[in-house]
Amino acid sequence: MTPATMTSMQRVLTTLGHQEPDRVPLFLLTTLHGAKELGMSIEHYFSSAEHVVQGQLRLLEKYRSDCVYPFFYASIETEAWGGTTIFVPDGPPLCGAPVIAQASDIETLSTPKVENSPPLQKVLTAIRLLKQQLTDTVPIIGVAISPFSLPVMQMGFHSYIELMYEQPALFDELMQRNEEFTVAWANAQLEAGATAICYFDPLSSTTSVPRERYLRTGQQVAKRTLARIKGPTATHLASGRGLSIIPDIADTGTAVIGVSAMEDLAALKNAAAGRVSLLGNLNGVEMRRWTPQMAEMEVKRAIAKAGRGGGFLLADNHGEIPWQVPQDVLLAIRDAVDRWGQYPLNWIDDWRE
Amino acid sequence: MDTSVASFREALESLDRVQADSIFQKTLLELSPIDAVEQLVVPALEQIGSAWDAGEVALSQVYMSGRFCEELVDRTLPPSDPDRKHQPRSAIVVLSDYHDLGKRIVYSVMRASGFELFDYGRMDVDALVERTVTDQIRVLMISVLMLPSALKVREVCSRLKATGSDVRVIVGGAPFLFDRELWKEVGADAMGSSAAQAVAIVERMMGEMQ
Repeated sequence: MTPATMTSMQRVLTTLGHQEPDRVPLFLLTTLHGAKELGMSIEHYFSSAEHVVQGQLRLLEKYRSDCVYPFFYASIETEAWGGTTIFVPDGPPLCGAPVIAQASDIETLSTPKVENSPPLQKVLTAIRLLKQQLTDTVPIIGVAISPFSLPVMQMGFHSYIELMYEQPALFDELMQRNEEFTVAWANAQLEAGATAICYFDPLSSTTSVPRERYLRTGQQVAKRTLARIKGPTATHLASGRGLSIIPDIADTGTAVIGVSAMEDLAALKNAAAGRVSLLGNLNGVEMRRWTPQMAEMEVKRAIAKAGRGGGFLLADNHGEIPWQVPQDVLLAIRDAVDRWGQYPLNWIDDWRE
Repeated sequence: MDTSVASFREALESLDRVQADSIFQKTLLELSPIDAVEQLVVPALEQIGSAWDAGEVALSQVYMSGRFCEELVDRTLPPSDPDRKHQPRSAIVVLSDYHDLGKRIVYSVMRASGFELFDYGRMDVDALVERTVTDQIRVLMISVLMLPSALKVREVCSRLKATGSDVRVIVGGAPFLFDRELWKEVGADAMGSSAAQAVAIVERMMGEMQ
């Protein structure tokens, strides 16, 4: 393995500038694994900012990812709106009962203040502590759920689809309230020390809505929201398909798109065409049963398809590696990136799938 | 009929209820309600299911078209209608997690295809095993979104087997789409990658059970 000549921050910024850094950046997006490192339950782990900081630093040391990821869990945002979270012993915490029981509740819904939400303040504390430790050597990735995708947790998936199609005025009203929240939440994380914001937007994927509707809804929301976020953003489709809307997502002003294992990375890279970088697309569900040899093969395949020319960060396809993925697989991914991710990627000339 | 199916499908995908209803009513002038369901609604939903599998239509279209067809079929072929399909006792459930869109879609498409089935809502392993045995269910459809829930299907299957039940278990949901070997690993009898495929699997199982 050739020694690294760049810090993680330099490596990531170089690839985002569509240049080749010293090696392919690896974003090993582990959240729950921090609890494993500290030997505590997932619920206890997320009860304290200090736990998450310790967990992230241990994961950084073990796997040498090119970022830290102080993302707690998605429903921490709906907690700010008055919702609850259900903790499970072996997976990501789940969202409790919807805070919008019926569509008419939207009329009286008020946007929560970030400063009044203890759960969100806990995340900000974790970001501040990580920033103190890491200064500017490793990117700190904050997370904000997009205003367009947040209603899946606020009101349930089917109720939200019905709202979108059948009650456009209330849909618009909800988007306005959510946009205020998402902008404030993302900017608070940037002020606390986050380098960039991962804007989770699975509803914008063509898995969830057709392109025509995305252009009228999710894309407009993203354009308005991202323009007000005072830092770089990565739009993550959280396993959803996006090949046919890559240029449309790029038009929202995002710097990176998190892409699905369901789509061909070479085709995605071609569609990105130097306008936007890609993050992905190792299959996190299959990863659970990979052998080290399979992990190496998958890493090689991803790098061969999207590594050249920069504009690529290797990661899983969902934005969170499942609890069930064993340490040996994560270490094998790390080793494979060290072995096959060094630029220039001349071995690709002889590589066949 | 092929032209009508294509037009009906197009109306469903673009959520044009008026046009879809008009095509269905015209078909009813020529066919009995059950034949209209089998020759118009089921093929259109099958095509939408295949398009979903290929990434050509979105979940929102699949959900809205399934819901609309369920309403349409309920109006012309009420649940008590003797023309509804004779079938093994079937049930559908969300196992352990709290995401029920997939279950709603499959339930609607099953009913729009002339089937009747129990909707168990959301259940954990213990309650599901007990209810399945008590109700003498022959075909159990399990929908999940989260990987930990998918892995719990293994316990459901082994405990059902231990009771001597001959229930067939069909699974569906994102973890099974992302790992095409997972349904076998957890001991299910089949995996449906779309609601229409679930219908086809149940029909196949009906044939095998006779």
